[in-house]
Amino acid sequence: MRANRSPARLVLADGTSYRGSAFGARTVGVGEVCFNTSLMGYQEILTDPSYAGQIVVMTYTQIGNVGVNREDDESERPRLEGFVAKEVFEQASNWRSQESLPAFLERTGVPGIAGIDTRALVRRIREGGAQIGVLSTDAAQQDEAELLRRARGAAPLDGRDLAAEVTCAAPYDWTQGRWRGIEGQVPRPARPEPSYRLVAYDFGIKRSIVRRLVEQGFDVTVVPATTTAAQALSHRPDGIFLSNGPGDPAAVAGIREHVRTLAQSLPIFGICLGHQILGLALGGKTVKLKFGHHGGNQPGQDLATKKVAICAENHGYAVDAPSLAAAGEPVEITHVNLNDGTVEGLAHRTRPIFSVQYHPEASPGPHDAVYFFSRFREMVRRHKAGEKVTGAQIAAGTADTKG
Amino acid sequence: MPKREDIHTILVIGSGPIVIGQACEFDYSGTQGCKSLREEGYRVVLINSNPATIMTDPETADRTYIEPMTLENIEKIIECEKPDVLLPTLGGQTALNLAVDLAERGVLAKHGVELIGANLAAIHKAEDRQLFREAMQRIGLSLPRSGVATSLAEARHIVKDTGIPAIIRPSFTLGGTGGSIAFHESEFDSRVEWALSQSPRHQCLIEESVLGWKEYELEVMRDHKDNVVIICSIENFDPMGVHTGDSITVAPAQTLTDREYQEMRDASIAIIREIGVETGGSNIQFAVNPRDGKLVVVEMNPRVSRSSALASKATGFPIAKIAAKLAVGYTLDEIRNDITRVTPASFEPSIDYVVTKIPRFTFEKFPGVDNLLTTQMKSVGEVMAIGRTFKESLQKAVRSLEIGHAGFESPSLPEGPDGERALWAQIDTPRPGRLWAIAEVLRRGGSVEELYARTGIDPWFLRNVAEIVAHEQELIALPAAQRAAALRPAKQAGFSDRRLAALWGTQEDDVRALRQTHGVLPVYKRVDTCAAEFEAFTPYLYSTYEDECEARPTQARKVMILGGGPNRIGQGIEFDYCCVHASFALREAGFETIMVNCNPETVSTDYDTSDRLYFEPLTLEDVLAIVEKEKPLGLIVQYGGQTPLRLALALERAGVPILGTSPDSIDRAEDRERFDVVLEKLGLLRPPGGVARSIEEAEKVAARVGFPVLVRPSYVLGGRAMEIVHDVNALRGYMRYAVKASPEHPVLVDRFLADATEVDVDAICDGERVVIGGIMEHIEQAGIHSGDSACSIPPYSLTKTVIDEILESTRRLALELGVKGLMNVQYAVKAGAVYVIEVNPRASRTVPFVSKAIGRPLAKLGALVMVGKTLAELGFTSEIWPRHFSVKEAVFPFVKFPGADTLLGPEMKSTGEVMGIDSDFGRAYAKAQIEAGNSLPSAGTVLVSVKLEDRAGICDGVRELASHGFKVLATPGTAEALRQLGVLVEAVPKVGQGTPDVVQRIEAGDVDLVINTVGSDAGAVRDSASIRRAALLRNLPYFTTLAGARAAVGAIRALQLESIGVRALQDIHPR
Repeated sequence: MRANRSPARLVLADGTSYRGSAFGARTVGVGEVCFNTSLMGYQEILTDPSYAGQIVVMTYTQIGNVGVNREDDESERPRLEGFVAKEVFEQASNWRSQESLPAFLERTGVPGIAGIDTRALVRRIREGGAQIGVLSTDAAQQDEAELLRRARGAAPLDGRDLAAEVTCAAPYDWTQGRWRGIEGQVPRPARPEPSYRLVAYDFGIKRSIVRRLVEQGFDVTVVPATTTAAQALSHRPDGIFLSNGPGDPAAVAGIREHVRTLAQSLPIFGICLGHQILGLALGGKTVKLKFGHHGGNQPGQDLATKKVAICAENHGYAVDAPSLAAAGEPVEITHVNLNDGTVEGLAHRTRPIFSVQYHPEASPGPHDAVYFFSRFREMVRRHKAGEKVTGAQIAAGTADTKG
Repeated sequence: MPKREDIHTILVIGSGPIVIGQACEFDYSGTQGCKSLREEGYRVVLINSNPATIMTDPETADRTYIEPMTLENIEKIIECEKPDVLLPTLGGQTALNLAVDLAERGVLAKHGVELIGANLAAIHKAEDRQLFREAMQRIGLSLPRSGVATSLAEARHIVKDTGIPAIIRPSFTLGGTGGSIAFHESEFDSRVEWALSQSPRHQCLIEESVLGWKEYELEVMRDHKDNVVIICSIENFDPMGVHTGDSITVAPAQTLTDREYQEMRDASIAIIREIGVETGGSNIQFAVNPRDGKLVVVEMNPRVSRSSALASKATGFPIAKIAAKLAVGYTLDEIRNDITRVTPASFEPSIDYVVTKIPRFTFEKFPGVDNLLTTQMKSVGEVMAIGRTFKESLQKAVRSLEIGHAGFESPSLPEGPDGERALWAQIDTPRPGRLWAIAEVLRRGGSVEELYARTGIDPWFLRNVAEIVAHEQELIALPAAQRAAALRPAKQAGFSDRRLAALWGTQEDDVRALRQTHGVLPVYKRVDTCAAEFEAFTPYLYSTYEDECEARPTQARKVMILGGGPNRIGQGIEFDYCCVHASFALREAGFETIMVNCNPETVSTDYDTSDRLYFEPLTLEDVLAIVEKEKPLGLIVQYGGQTPLRLALALERAGVPILGTSPDSIDRAEDRERFDVVLEKLGLLRPPGGVARSIEEAEKVAARVGFPVLVRPSYVLGGRAMEIVHDVNALRGYMRYAVKASPEHPVLVDRFLADATEVDVDAICDGERVVIGGIMEHIEQAGIHSGDSACSIPPYSLTKTVIDEILESTRRLALELGVKGLMNVQYAVKAGAVYVIEVNPRASRTVPFVSKAIGRPLAKLGALVMVGKTLAELGFTSEIWPRHFSVKEAVFPFVKFPGADTLLGPEMKSTGEVMGIDSDFGRAYAKAQIEAGNSLPSAGTVLVSVKLEDRAGICDGVRELASHGFKVLATPGTAEALRQLGVLVEAVPKVGQGTPDVVQRIEAGDVDLVINTVGSDAGAVRDSASIRRAALLRNLPYFTTLAGARAAVGAIRALQLESIGVRALQDIHPR
């Protein structure tokens, strides 16, 4: 492990440079460097399409311990630009492991750097904010000045329509629920009846979200980010879901119009990027956070119940609360992050629409916020039954909180 | 919701004396809890019989009762203090059990006291095996198959279903007391009977074995709004089958995918809700089948625990403090995170390092006891180490243990196949040395797969050990010229300088010099609860070898205090108490204080005890590195026991300023030959003796002074390897096997003063003036280790002449040695002559006891003297002669060690102490006995079996008991002697010499009090051991010395005159 390591280098646009050893693919990745504070779940992070355009630093130091397995993939393949860890293990120890982490990254083309002071790097990002970095595991491309030039020359995340890069090419149906889990776990409720039809916009959708929706009794059709309102309606859905996804919500081309159209007639639920897009469609603005929220330990408070869910979060942008108020749309803030007060949830006062910034599907992270899925089902059910239900009513109610 | 305004006074129950399974972690949590409640303006009333705690300092609570923790006493306290609520979750199993009893007997209802933190129903559901099982079934979770038995017959029935091996767990006990594993059919009955006898409810669980499954613990907190957070996940290195307190444990969990972990997290939340712990912390243990991930619930503790203390130290999240706040009505989101200052406590800590805990054992103190590790906890302490990687934290933990390991040294094994067999024997059954045996197997080419198959230890852990071993091989093979380049990677993997020196055949100093030349120096990172997501304002630091240092030392006047490392018999909480006091006093005096320690159970390692905390091993290397970073004006090495003292000379040589008494003065007192010169100069007596560096020298000294002799290695604490030797053969055996004496490790040989009275003195000296803190007269005679002997302040039988001589000698010794700070002297008084046994110019084990007996904080005063204050400036210029008696009694772990004899001797065996305070000696002694678990009967039957020399001496006492209505049983010899002296006595056959014999009588419940003394003859000791064991198992009060028995008789007399009362420390020593 110590001898004959091949070199790797990470250079930030501010000139900070780290020399470590390479793992995964031997290539060069360019992306915004962000850190994730989850102690477990590196595989879900790696396969979460929301990390497109980013280089992810794990704050926890022992990575690769449990290898990689197919059941935990959040998408077909990693979309991120690079992966940074203190120490990576070549051999996995877990009964479900099918491949080692380095082998997985090599196969999927993701460069990794290990053996650097990741805490110093994280503190750098915390103090200086998110910035572009270049990660090279190519032994022939280790020149610091050259890598720095590339970092400074790279396009920032702002304004890049990354969703277009990671969305699916054509609509498809998804029918699987979650991985069956382990013997001895808390029993899961049965899939409720009847089923409802759902169109899920894929801006980089995580499989865990679709799986949770399926478990809530939705027959899900996943559609590309470019799907028009008319195309979506052609699936005769009972509700619309707006997925998570990478990068700048304001850059996702054309989507606001379609969302506004769909909002006229159907219940809508958005998660993460989908929540931000909803915020934009309702006339609000989004802002870029200094270094975002990426981790599984964030306190998300439900303003209706005052209860705090420990949340999985992964976002670099947030909906700007004052802009929403200024837009005059009857939307209320339903959830906030207690660490910094950012908007984490929205609900419409007159229409069946709500959204959440964090990840109720977790993966990785705690399941505290799964109640959003059953709330969505409740909203769709009541809407379909002809009730005039609003997102705000649902958010204020004491909906069933058990996943 | 803010705090409750309907509460004014809160009663807190402490955990009592330190015992295995319940140690100073409850002082840490109790102190935090009390502080946190008082911060909120509540009046806190505390009961705890353990004086060696910060919790029982008069400043910690408003009203402090150092009294027997009985229902009667607690009711008396409730009557006078009128608490509104009782918080039972901070004082371990002791407090929880007492709270249950108080509630069930209607005491709480009668006085309108509400239980907060955990209600009665929740405690029952969590602690009662059957109710817990039903609760788990309700929420669909699995447990190992099992059944609850209240009799052997029931147990036999259950085991037919659950199978052998069977896990046997008594209900309502702590540290798994009484628990065991029956590996074979033949062991089953006796183990069940043992478990039933240990359960206060006479109930135990017979459980399907999940031996070899992976073991996890989650620390869960809940508030009354039903917000739940998991503070920490802990994975055990040792799989199921070894008590978690005896396991190496690692945080966070290492070998779970997020999917599996979240299922475990969901289960924890479901459990805490179902059990109904409304507020506070709970510890939930799980087992996981490594083959298919199957999850079973093992148990839950609805209170703060040893693991929650560990989790607090591992994450920086103060569980006990927050639990106390939740109990009075706050919710998690209303409480601020102290470390980040800007974020709330409603989050789950994320960490960017690995924490390893390794238990510390003291089987060497209990010869003949099997050191097999099972479901009953046997360790007496632990260390924790923080490193950026598991390898680094593991190696740091290994060197923190102070058991002679600087790393993964090879165990000593016989050559050839015998060695191989011996090695694998250490692998196949869990014992304290297994970690080093694993490394040795790997070193010899063994595979991770085979080790996994034979131990069940997860391959991930084993591979890390394998990587360390492979790294060692690379380092050994390295040419000297390439060592410098190899330093940084080696230090990053956690190798100590000493281990590197051993691998390279050089000296530790050389490695350090090489590092310094090449700039390979540690940096310090902060423990911040959030993996650097937010800025940390608390300087809670650990070392690693990376780029960025976050220590940011200040320019303040600072003092560094070296703590005591892992608790062990002989060096426990008393020394941590002293270190904490030093820190408190110096902070008040305007110094910045820096604490260095590696014991996660302690108050000293609470992040707000000192201005700065370095959670680091107490080795020369680690301490020097911190000194270089911080550049304190001086170090206090005299407060943490032998651990820091051992470093004193080396630190001084390295140019580190040592505060207070100089290392040279310490050496003058500790070095036998130099100390003889001091005594001669002062004209003081000591028992004749000398120093031996070989068997021949020892024989020569013994011949000169005459047998019996007291032999011991120099520089020890807690009487390690101290023995009384009666003849030359025993002396030779001792020198050859017990201590391996050598020129570097001399042995002290002294004439043993039989039947002398021992006296301990704690004093304080500023260089000009000496003030005696307290003179403690021991109850047990010389020959019983002072830490195991009961003692009294003031002396209860010494004459004024003797006391004056002791005062005078102590003063002259302190001045002659140039003591600046605390000093402890031990004397033996025989026939009016006062002999100096030893002088320790440092804080002693008795400092907290003395401080509480006289109402002055000796350790604080001593610390201030060390930084230059005079006793006159401190207003402490004359001795305090309290009007009450204070008796300290020792508490022993014998019950945890099947096969251990309960006889006392020169080797210390107690783990903890209690204090009884009352107006006369007899009552104070009686209180101390009750606290120590020796509930003295006021009527009943006494069994007397004493050695020849004691028969006349015991007669008065037995006669008095008889006059109080006691029936007297005695073994034949004793019976005959007593009869001749006119005592009415029934003779009982010795073991095996008739039925029912003496042990059978004890087992039949015919005996209420046992007096059993025995001579030095090994045969007699063996013959009578079963009497003592039987008494122990039946929880009978027993006395193994004449002096102890006499004091007990006095105590029984006092108890018969008047029932005992309670008195708050604040009234005993009004300000």
